[in-house]
Amino acid sequence: MDFDNSKPIYLQIVDFFYENILMKKWLENERIPSVRELAMMVEVNPNTAIRAFNHLQELGVIHNKRGIGYFVSEDGHQKVMAIKKGEFMEVILPDVFKKMKMLDVEFEEVKNTYDKYINETDHENK
Amino acid sequence: MLQLENLFYHYPKSKTVLDSVSLTFSEGNIYGLFGKNGEGKSTLMKIMAGLLFPKSGQCTTLGQHTAKRSASGLQNLFLVPEDFELPNLTIGTYEKVHSPFYPAFSKNQFYELIQEFKLHPREKITRLSFGQKKKVLIAFGIATHTKLLLLDEPTNGLDIPSKSQFRKIMASAVDQGRSIIISTHQVRDLHSLINHVVILDNCKVVFDHSLSKVSENLWFGRASDMAKEAILYTETSFGGKAVMRRSDRPETEVDLELLFNAVLNNPKGIQLALEQTYHGV
Repeated sequence: MDFDNSKPIYLQIVDFFYENILMKKWLENERIPSVRELAMMVEVNPNTAIRAFNHLQELGVIHNKRGIGYFVSEDGHQKVMAIKKGEFMEVILPDVFKKMKMLDVEFEEVKNTYDKYINETDHENK
Repeated sequence: MLQLENLFYHYPKSKTVLDSVSLTFSEGNIYGLFGKNGEGKSTLMKIMAGLLFPKSGQCTTLGQHTAKRSASGLQNLFLVPEDFELPNLTIGTYEKVHSPFYPAFSKNQFYELIQEFKLHPREKITRLSFGQKKKVLIAFGIATHTKLLLLDEPTNGLDIPSKSQFRKIMASAVDQGRSIIISTHQVRDLHSLINHVVILDNCKVVFDHSLSKVSENLWFGRASDMAKEAILYTETSFGGKAVMRRSDRPETEVDLELLFNAVLNNPKGIQLALEQTYHGV
């Protein structure tokens, strides 16, 4: 895994979990890699990996079954969706709005582009 | 686990290499030992391995004086030196001759690692390239399961894919009972593995902190229009990055190269910024 320097590695590992859960590579109630396996997979110190596991456990995305390992929670997918949506609303959108203001982009223009995009992707899916 | 108390060292008829070095290494961590060329990293490693004796001060491993080189002490210690010579044996014979000295040695693990490094037990060690010889020694060192594993510039001579393999292998080699010390200049190869940094400069320890403490108190990134007074160190190049007091800024990943330069340029400022939390500021 390639890490960038802007974000703590443990949070980048958390994102890696989110991605796997959102893409349904890791399913609900399914066992996920152990701390050690994950540390090897992404080439980090197991202490860093533990931090990511603890973070996700606190958020209720994963849970630990004593002696068996870690599992994606029953509502794990839903939780990740909510977390990612929150991130989008609170982090990504304000950034877009800032740029819109700076570049004088009207909301109508954005809406048109958005509608066009939705149309095209719907078309592709048919 | 490993304790250095007030170590002094100099080579015969030459100036001081280590000056009042005191350090404690505990289990479950991977330590990164950094310093400019000739600042005594390898000397320190050799003292920790019992190959050199300090002129004054003490080096103890699990309560025993390392310089006594007792059998029980040496069973719990393995050094992968930067330069080395290996005997004219096959990898398999090398393992058979040397592994009995290490009671916790795992044959399975050794041969798994050898395979992972794309080597074969029947190959003659003397016919291997430098990088391949290093892989044999790294695999052997990990498989010894000694409490203390010292690696001096382990990624020197390794090709690009092997560096990633090395990181995977190191990630699997840490366990709570083991302490690993890596001395290196190749910060980029290892930054995701190290969780504690020691920096030597001018024969002294100028930095000795866990990375969690560093990321708690320092912020790494582009300075832009941030408060100038919080800047502890900044690169002079255009768009250069800076180290700042973190205050209430979000946590960033520790940039080891930047930290190293910052410590050498502004040791007091960095030290102060790290100590502030002790007083709850």
